[in-house]
Amino acid sequence: MSRSGRGEFFSFLGPSGCGKTTILRMVSGFIEPTQGTIRIGGSDMKGQRPNQRPTALIFQNLALFPLMPIWENISFGLEVRGVDKATRRKKAEELLKLVDLPGAADKMVSQLSGGQKQRVAIARALAVEPQVMLLDEPLSALDLKLRQHMRAELRAIQKRTGVTFIYITHDQGEALAMSDRVGVMSQGRIQQIADPREIYNNPVNGFVASFVGENNIFAGEVQQAASGMASFATPHGSFRARLGEVSGKAGKLYVRPEHTLLSATAGAENAIPVTVGDVSFEGNFITVHATSDSGAALTSELRNDGSATVPALGAKMFMSFDAARAAILPDANVRG
Amino acid sequence: MQELLRRYGSGLTLIMCLLVAFWLLMLVIVPNITLFEQSFRPYLPVSEIGGPRDVYSADNYLKVFEGQVTSSLFGIEFEIPVRVRTFLLTIWYSMVVAGLCLMLAYPLAYYMAKIVNPKSLPTLILLLFIPLWVSEVLRAFAWWIILAFKGPLNALLLALGLIEDPIRWTNMGFTGVVIGLIYTYVLFMLFPIYNAIQSLDTNQIEAAEDLGAPWWKIHWRIVIPHAKPGIASGCVMVFMLSAGSLLVPSILGSTTSQWFTQTINETFNDALDWNTASAYAFLLLILCTLFVSVAMWLFRVKLSDIAK
Repeated sequence: MSRSGRGEFFSFLGPSGCGKTTILRMVSGFIEPTQGTIRIGGSDMKGQRPNQRPTALIFQNLALFPLMPIWENISFGLEVRGVDKATRRKKAEELLKLVDLPGAADKMVSQLSGGQKQRVAIARALAVEPQVMLLDEPLSALDLKLRQHMRAELRAIQKRTGVTFIYITHDQGEALAMSDRVGVMSQGRIQQIADPREIYNNPVNGFVASFVGENNIFAGEVQQAASGMASFATPHGSFRARLGEVSGKAGKLYVRPEHTLLSATAGAENAIPVTVGDVSFEGNFITVHATSDSGAALTSELRNDGSATVPALGAKMFMSFDAARAAILPDANVRG
Repeated sequence: MQELLRRYGSGLTLIMCLLVAFWLLMLVIVPNITLFEQSFRPYLPVSEIGGPRDVYSADNYLKVFEGQVTSSLFGIEFEIPVRVRTFLLTIWYSMVVAGLCLMLAYPLAYYMAKIVNPKSLPTLILLLFIPLWVSEVLRAFAWWIILAFKGPLNALLLALGLIEDPIRWTNMGFTGVVIGLIYTYVLFMLFPIYNAIQSLDTNQIEAAEDLGAPWWKIHWRIVIPHAKPGIASGCVMVFMLSAGSLLVPSILGSTTSQWFTQTINETFNDALDWNTASAYAFLLLILCTLFVSVAMWLFRVKLSDIAK
């Protein structure tokens, strides 16, 4: 059961094969769901063919029509609705302006670059004035720089038009950066639906935690729980952390690398003695790979704000983390 | 050439090249040039060949304009040279065959390329090919039997109550010929179109549908433009093969259906006038090529599209 609100940018995030595209094809009408209903604007879509639904799909490979000039591509949806040629042409030019590609009306698809094709695909979908725009990883074919630019562009177009966007991606950065809300999926199941911040900071289970961002993970057992916090016994020591919705005692403790500290002396709680292994300097961050005395491979990420001292290779240090920043979570929510 | 030498060595390469050269020169070029040369010389008794009357002229070609017959089109009667009439009818009915083949082959090609489960495709193609294993002569005679006055087709139509009296299929002008030619050459239409449609990205069809296009619009704007080279290639092939077919018109033709190849054949074999027959044969070749070129220009199809 998931809802996306009017004018919302909603992303489905998950690894490939988790059923994201299936959801999209069900919403657009290419496959009928075996159970459950799909409603758009309150009306049940059951039995409606893709050409009857108020949706517009942007395909992963865009599927522009190579034999038509750009303006005919964009106005194809209007052409099938019987709009006359002059109006169609005008609308196409307007949309080209909206997607920041004026003057491309008479070009052919093969004359455009990847990013320009992207914009044409968006314009073509917007031309039919859909209630819902469905996007199937449309940025995956672009190079990194263009992808980042198109992220912002897509977001801006969505805000300008106020159309509901349902976006499919396996790229967590994309989902977090663009969406109002994100639905994280695994094995055909929605794991969590929340805004990007909530997804990253308060993942409900191990799948969400490890799919979105990096983690240090400790397996262990819940010992004592009180007011949302618990102590957690692991082979690497006993830690205190927030207690997620764990049933029974089994669970895993998740700490993000940027929520850990490295220091020469042990702190009050949640300190693990480690030996610094590999230090990689990444500009804004310094990533430290360390091995605990008990044999766990751990990662710590230090912000390069000038105050951080870069640990020496082989140094004996203590890795510690704030109990409020660590969570004990169950594994993924799988089909039971 | 380099590749051939590397793979097979000089001996085998030489033999292959000689064989190809022999085939091309002795079996294609020389006979055609001989006939072309003969087509400009008069038909003379053996004793006069090489004599003073044996001079080059276009007389043989002009013989197609001899012998006027009365014909009618849309109720208007007019005089027309009999062989020109035969030629025009051959062109027209070859076009009809190509057009009907297209109508039959396009839906099947689309079905094969985009709808059928890929697993059952080999079976389907096999079923289409099985009739080709039977000799063309046998297939033509099979249709002769099917179309016979007391044959199975009439029996079926009578049994279904679709007709009240049996139809003389092979005695209705070009009906038998057209049916026979369609059956013989429809696969030459099917496979080029199938190949063309198969190369169309299915997402394009879905994108068009998603944008609200009804099925006919998807075909008209997306599938057919994409398949145009295949359609053109199939049409050219079926048209040329039909216009050049001798067997089918000979077996399934009626008393009123003269095919131009039959005229050529009669001049060669019955009149033994090889000179005039050669002239007719080259006329057919040249005019058909011209006709196809004009048609391709009209439909804006390039030769390189067809060769794909």
